[in-house]
Amino acid sequence: MSETPSATAETKLPKDLAAEKGMVNVQIDGVWHQFPKGTRMIEACRQAGVNVPHYCYHPKLSSPGNCRMCLIQMGMPPRPAPGEEPKYDEEGYLPIGWMPRPAIACANTIGENMGIRTTGELVEKCREGVMEFLLINHPLDCPICDQAGECRLQEFSVEHGRGSSRFVDMKVKKPKNVEIGPRVRLDDERCIMCSRCIRFMDEVASDPVLGFTQRGTHTTLTVHPGRLLDSNYSLNTVDICPVGALTSNDFRFEMRVWFLKETPTIDVNCGTGTNIIVWTRGNTVYRITPRQNDEVNSTWMPDSHRLNFHYINSDARLTEPLLKKHISHSPTTWSTAIAEAASRLKDFAADEIAIIASGRATNEELFLTRELMQQIGTKRFALVPRFAEADELLVAADRNPNTTGAKLILGENDPYASLDSIRADVRSGKIKALLVFAEDLITDADFTPEDLRGLGYLMQSHHSANPTAERADLVLPSAAFTEKRGSMINLSGRLQRLNRATEPVGQVRDDWEILRDLISAISSTKSELYLIEELFKKLATEYPPLENLTLSKIGHQGISVIETGYEIPLLTHERARKAAGTING
Amino acid sequence: MAVIKVQRPKLGIGEKVYFGALIKGFFLTMGHAIKTLRGKSVGADTLHSSGLGVTMQFPEQRWDKEMPEHYRGAPTLVTDEQGRDRCVSCQLCEFICPPKAIKIEPGEIPADDRWNKVEKRPKEFEIDMIRCIYCGMCEEVCPEQAIFLRKDYLITGLKRADMVHNKKKLYEIGGVRVGLVNKWNELK
Repeated sequence: MSETPSATAETKLPKDLAAEKGMVNVQIDGVWHQFPKGTRMIEACRQAGVNVPHYCYHPKLSSPGNCRMCLIQMGMPPRPAPGEEPKYDEEGYLPIGWMPRPAIACANTIGENMGIRTTGELVEKCREGVMEFLLINHPLDCPICDQAGECRLQEFSVEHGRGSSRFVDMKVKKPKNVEIGPRVRLDDERCIMCSRCIRFMDEVASDPVLGFTQRGTHTTLTVHPGRLLDSNYSLNTVDICPVGALTSNDFRFEMRVWFLKETPTIDVNCGTGTNIIVWTRGNTVYRITPRQNDEVNSTWMPDSHRLNFHYINSDARLTEPLLKKHISHSPTTWSTAIAEAASRLKDFAADEIAIIASGRATNEELFLTRELMQQIGTKRFALVPRFAEADELLVAADRNPNTTGAKLILGENDPYASLDSIRADVRSGKIKALLVFAEDLITDADFTPEDLRGLGYLMQSHHSANPTAERADLVLPSAAFTEKRGSMINLSGRLQRLNRATEPVGQVRDDWEILRDLISAISSTKSELYLIEELFKKLATEYPPLENLTLSKIGHQGISVIETGYEIPLLTHERARKAAGTING
Repeated sequence: MAVIKVQRPKLGIGEKVYFGALIKGFFLTMGHAIKTLRGKSVGADTLHSSGLGVTMQFPEQRWDKEMPEHYRGAPTLVTDEQGRDRCVSCQLCEFICPPKAIKIEPGEIPADDRWNKVEKRPKEFEIDMIRCIYCGMCEEVCPEQAIFLRKDYLITGLKRADMVHNKKKLYEIGGVRVGLVNKWNELK
């Protein structure tokens, strides 16, 4: 009753097995892999761990296939003659007939039983040729070019170039140092016409202001006459430019990239919680770039958020606890400051004390704020809201990064609701003492200096000098977001982690440490919390959505913990384009 | 590993009684002493000795003329025949410097400057001569032929701050170098 060998072989052919799962078999550099149907060759190679050099291809943009750098050799099984049976080898694959001319990997999709060779004489010759063409007009600007060190042209000319130029004519002259927008500088001589920036502005930012003029060697990237590259997403073109044609005005000549240390963390300028990389040297932040997270920000970020870091290294930072004596503030030690605050609070009844915290605080800080409230015995508590207009992409209307976390930790549906009543009670004198954490009441919460003058006691923690601090009895220096560790939950319910990129300046302390010390000073007990990891573990046992999590388990990509129903508009657009087959990544 | 037993050399009677060698050494030393007193020690002429033996009276007397062509003294910045600061602050020397003696603050050349085509030059350039080990890697790595090791070796100061050469000082010591490759000259 045994089946014939040929029958078993037929039912178990790899192409049928793959087809059942909607996959196809592809041989890459001699190894067979399976990929979903419709995958581009370059994506298939990337997933197989084979790097195909490319300039114009970007996984989140359409593929025009104009740089020709990703040329590879492909092959398909020859079509059998009429009446001829296909000849499968022992593994069940058909023999591949290699094509004599190369194909671009970025714009072609894979097919069943396809072969791809990313090495070999043909491919290497092609890459060398393309590199030589790209370099004939490229200026030798590397010593002054900001892209040097992260330049694809530099990298690939080392890997695939021929090392010397055979070109004897004068290089083509094009406009240099052109200000095409308030934040972006263009150097046309360096441009290799990959058109990534043009496609980004058209497809993602929906503001098609860039384009090519002229033809052939004289092709020039320009901005539309009478327009500027002034979109709030313009600096993403700098990130995706594979060469130094587009450079950032903000980062211009600030530091060479090889000196910078990268720290993955998250942005705190709006509820989206854009994933970012903070680039530092020593204790100075030089720039911030987006980090890929396909569940949050894809690979982009808005300029307004990206450039909001200069306060971290500014002279306005508070570096020591300041205690007000008579009229002026004088520096003091942390232990004196905390003891002073605890003893002053004892002068007030519990319902005369109110706490105002920040929607920019981490979950850990909010948790301790709640504990402080319980310790003091007050119920007067609010966060400072920040609402502004949302855009169609990444900037959310809620400019506080941790509103969802605050709702969870504090157990309130609207943690901003009671700010107005607190303000009214401060004016009427019902509230006599205010503890403010990481917020500036006068600038951001509609308090007037007169309101604060009527208070019996005002304590504030903040990273920089501000109008509220001038009127505070005690000012505590706290950490900026690059100096913090902790977790936040973004608007779509994703738990994400802040990592420390720079060391706190001076005697600055993290807000959670300030809160912990304050709690133990008021309750006269010694706190057992020494590490933020322990604090998060405590959090995880109290809140079901965070169950079984630790800070390290959150990882760099975050974990979805709450269903909020909020959809980031940029991702909606991206998924639509992916479903339509425009993009692949 | 095999153990090899080394035999001690057998000494003759003359060698065992080392008195002979002692006398031999005494005469040799005395010979040199007398030569020195007569001003006829070996190398005295070539080293321009002015006192006893080969001793050169430094700092009144200098050895500068004898210095070899490849001598590596203080690193400096140079200008070219057109008076242009050759350094474009690419910071490669800062990167390569083994003792981290170099600190550069890059800056942009303003649009009204004659050399604004170059776009970039150092706002400040500091070499800490206490840290510098005179290895010459900065000179070797410089893509703009802007930094050269000169023959200056007398780098002294009364304070630590005196030992940090700033941009002004570096150009002062470096001076002008002619005949270098200049890619920024071509007409545009």
